Amino acid sequence: MTATPDTPAKGPRGWITGRGAWITFLLVPPLVVMTLFVIYPIVSALAYAFYDWNGLRREGFVGFENFRIILFEEPFASTTWQAFKHNIIVFASLMIVQNGVGFILAYCLWRDLWGARFHRVAVFLPVVLSTVIIGYLWKLFFHPIFGVVNQSLKAVGLDSLVQPWLGQSETALAALIFVNAWAWVGFPTLVFLAGLQRIPSELIDAARMETDSEWHLIRKIVWPLIAPSTTVVFILLFIGSFNWFELPYIMAGLDGSPFGSTDVLGLFFYRTAFGNQSAGVQDFGLGSALAVIMFLFIAIVATFWTLHLRKKELDL
Amino acid sequence: MKKTFTTATLAMIAGAIAAPALAQDITFWSWRQEDRAVYEELIDQFEAENEGINVSFEAFEAASYATVLSTALAGDQGPDAMMVRAYGAFETVAAGGYLMPLDAESIPGLDSFPAAALTAETLREDGKVYAVPFASQTMLVIYNKDIYDQLGLSVPQTKDELLANAKAIEDAGMFAFANGTATAWQNETIASALASSIVGPDFYAEISAGTTDFNDPRFIEGMKALQEYSEYFPDGFTGLDYASAQQLIASGLAAMFAGGSFELANIQSQNPDINLGVFAAPGVSADDPKLVGVFFDGGYAGNANTEHPEAVKKFLAFLASQEFAQQFANKLGNISPVPGVTLENPLLQDVATLNQSSVPYIFLTNFRFQEPSGSVLIQAEVQRMLAGESDPAAVGKAVTDGIAIYHEPFQK
Repeated sequence: MTATPDTPAKGPRGWITGRGAWITFLLVPPLVVMTLFVIYPIVSALAYAFYDWNGLRREGFVGFENFRIILFEEPFASTTWQAFKHNIIVFASLMIVQNGVGFILAYCLWRDLWGARFHRVAVFLPVVLSTVIIGYLWKLFFHPIFGVVNQSLKAVGLDSLVQPWLGQSETALAALIFVNAWAWVGFPTLVFLAGLQRIPSELIDAARMETDSEWHLIRKIVWPLIAPSTTVVFILLFIGSFNWFELPYIMAGLDGSPFGSTDVLGLFFYRTAFGNQSAGVQDFGLGSALAVIMFLFIAIVATFWTLHLRKKELDL
Repeated sequence: MKKTFTTATLAMIAGAIAAPALAQDITFWSWRQEDRAVYEELIDQFEAENEGINVSFEAFEAASYATVLSTALAGDQGPDAMMVRAYGAFETVAAGGYLMPLDAESIPGLDSFPAAALTAETLREDGKVYAVPFASQTMLVIYNKDIYDQLGLSVPQTKDELLANAKAIEDAGMFAFANGTATAWQNETIASALASSIVGPDFYAEISAGTTDFNDPRFIEGMKALQEYSEYFPDGFTGLDYASAQQLIASGLAAMFAGGSFELANIQSQNPDINLGVFAAPGVSADDPKLVGVFFDGGYAGNANTEHPEAVKKFLAFLASQEFAQQFANKLGNISPVPGVTLENPLLQDVATLNQSSVPYIFLTNFRFQEPSGSVLIQAEVQRMLAGESDPAAVGKAVTDGIAIYHEPFQK
């Protein structure tokens, strides 16, 4: 991500030539911005994680103590692991719902089914909406008394299904996942569609002569050929799922209401580092430790998984 | 005429030359953007009485105030005087040594503040007061007087009467309570507003003294009452968030709201015609003291490293004076802890009267200093219990066990 700057080309007499100066001139501003706003915060968060904090004041160096506490000591450990579990559920469900539906939609759009042009725009529309708007909109839709969801169920006589969707532990996380999929399904759809459109039509025609089965065609021809798109979509979903914050924050609040059933690592990080005005205490050390763990986890898994998927692309 | 003009001009020039030498400019930070006009008016009064001191008021968004203030203080860019929160959030700032310790000598009258108010701004580590407490908040039941009159109901004296009132309101086709539990912190306010009198004053004294814990049958009894009351919360109340609950009471669709006195101004501004009253949720019998839960919002503090300590002390003394508090109470609708303040707003006067029989808003006042804070625990546990996924005894146990991690009296 942070491209290392080329050392400015030296002229014959060791002076920076015009071209070198030009390159330096272009590279320095973004480098300064990156250092100041990306690298410095990451490095300082890393440093914070190794200190004990008393309110705002940094106290002694404590080594890996904060990491040990956040991962293995109560009351933090159980919250961390529960939040992590929820992140995994979110990732797995979105993988099936968001990417699965995304692929099906892309396939339908690619086959130019009826209304494809309209749907291509419609599917992508929520993606450009701000998460804040989506969160508030769906919070209203799920409103237990006046919400569209419950009102519609009542209107068609399904009163028994009326429930406080965001207020019970069995449905709250599922509701958030559904909203996320609704909002973002356009993204994998578009990426898959772009991948599908790159497949040469002669290839498909040739395959059709061999088989009548659509399923066979997808499995043997289409899927391997859109492998690069899948890599992108999978990795981005992975990063997004483990950094999940805005939607649960807006719809369920900082505590992951009800009673932690929508708590994810992003929310827990925020609560730990900055405190929760209505309930908590702030601790930069523990918060930073959690942030560092999240960063390392996402970076390492994403890297290895990308390498693995790239390799598979070649195998397919 | 000409002479007057000349004199005035000369005076102005003299003033302009002398001012930089004498002027002491101090900054005052607040999270109350909406109160700017009143604060500036009061600051003008202070400046008129204290020539040479200029106070500039700066307000920040409430949600990010703590972060802004923390960062500024840590970077030596902090204000000279500032609003700080109370209890745990106050200690986060005070523990760093950023605040000026205060006493009755520097702030006349500070020793006559109620003890509970001073505790809110005292650093437990050294027992010193670091801020002048400015307002209290009360957990009580807000009710719609018109609905009560229409149905011929009266302010309940016992738990059963309150339940009967709630039933009568529901039977009339309205929401009895507006409350929902989807917003976590609402569970703590609801519990304090509805259960304090059932739990009783002795329990709160013993908790503070460390001689009992939340497994105490009196506390469990309070949680049971909460379960009973929740029968009269709107259908699907577990998914009803804070804003929706506010709308239900403000629109007149619901008759009662268990929560904080800070709702009153908000409800009245949403619906100026609404006729509100307040009462303390009763105990089991009519003889039980009727209790509200009280906490203090925050205080005015001085920067320990200010360049103008004397000016800051003068300003804080002004903020602690009855002259200031009287206007603060009436112009901003706050209940001031400064002794002798009278309230013009009858509703606030009622709240102040209820405050005379109160218990602390216990999880904030006593257990919001370490993780897991008592507030985090009670909020989640009440939410769980009212959703039907736990019972009163389990609430007491989970809260006690959580706090026991750092609170010695609970460790057995």
